[in-house]
Amino acid sequence: MTDDEIQVFIEGALHYFERVTGTAAAVDAPYLKGDESVALEYTGVIGISGRHRGAVYFTAASEPLIGLLQTFGETDHGTPNQADLVGEIANTIAGNARKFFGSEFLISVPIVLRGQLDEITLPRHMKTVVIPIQWRTWRCYLLVSLHKNPGLLDEVLHRRRG
Amino acid sequence: MTDGTSETSLLKLLIVDDSSVVRRSIERQLKMPKISTILQAANGREAIEMFLEHRPDFVTMDITMPEMDGLTCVSKIMAIQPETRIMVISALGDAETAIEAVERGANEYVFKPFSESELNQALRNLIEAPQ
Repeated sequence: MTDDEIQVFIEGALHYFERVTGTAAAVDAPYLKGDESVALEYTGVIGISGRHRGAVYFTAASEPLIGLLQTFGETDHGTPNQADLVGEIANTIAGNARKFFGSEFLISVPIVLRGQLDEITLPRHMKTVVIPIQWRTWRCYLLVSLHKNPGLLDEVLHRRRG
Repeated sequence: MTDGTSETSLLKLLIVDDSSVVRRSIERQLKMPKISTILQAANGREAIEMFLEHRPDFVTMDITMPEMDGLTCVSKIMAIQPETRIMVISALGDAETAIEAVERGANEYVFKPFSESELNQALRNLIEAPQ
C-alpha cells in the first residue's frame, strides 16, 4: 500500500469518530503487522474485491463500543448491538474509501468476529497495515490488507466491451 | 415499529439498513412531525415485503446489505410505486454510486457517517419537494 492509500483509511477513521461522536480521535503512526495479535473483543471485517483485493478490519473492546452506542442514543448495550456497531464502523470506513479508490473498490457486507482473531483470517501473502486509534481513553485498531488486482479489472472491462 | 397517531398527517417512512443500531439511530434523530408511522427492514428483500404490505410514502435506503442490495431495491420499489420518494443513506463515498442511485429513482443521497442536522435537512427536502 502507498502512503496516500494508508492516509485514506486514517482520514476515514478520524472522520468517523469526529462525525459520529463530536469528539476527535487521534491516530498513532501506522505500522506493518508482525506476529503479534492486535485483535480486541469484537472485529468487523469487510472483504475487498474488484480493482483491489484484501480486507479492512476494525477491532475494538467492549468499552469504546458501549461509549459509541451511547453517543448514538442507544440504550441497549448488549452483545448484538456491539457486534452490529463494529461491523457498521468497518463498513463505513471501507465504503468511504471509494471516494479515493473509485467504484471498482467493491466491499462486502460486514462479517463480525468475537475474541482473538485467528491468524488464519488474515491474508498471509499480503502485508497488513495497522492503524492505532485512540478515542477518549480507549484504543481501537484499523487493519488494512490491500493489493491491486489489475488482472480482474482488465477481465471486467473486457467483458463490458463485449 | 413506531406507530404514532396524528389526525392531520399520515405519512409513512420505511427505514432500510442492515444495521439495527443505524436504523434505530435514524428513527431517534428524525424530527419530522409529519411522519406518523416508521417501519424498519434489515435488507432489500425484507424492504420489498414491507413495502408491498404497508406502501410507505418515503424510504431511507442503505446500499450494502445482504440478500438484496439497496440499488436493486430502489429499482424494484420504483417499478411498484414510482411516486415513492427515496433517500439513499450509504457509506459508499464515490460519485458514480450516488449518480446510479439517482438514475434508478432515488431523490436524495446522504453519505455515512451523517449528522442529525444533515439527516433532517435531507428528509425535509425529500418530503417537501414537489412531486
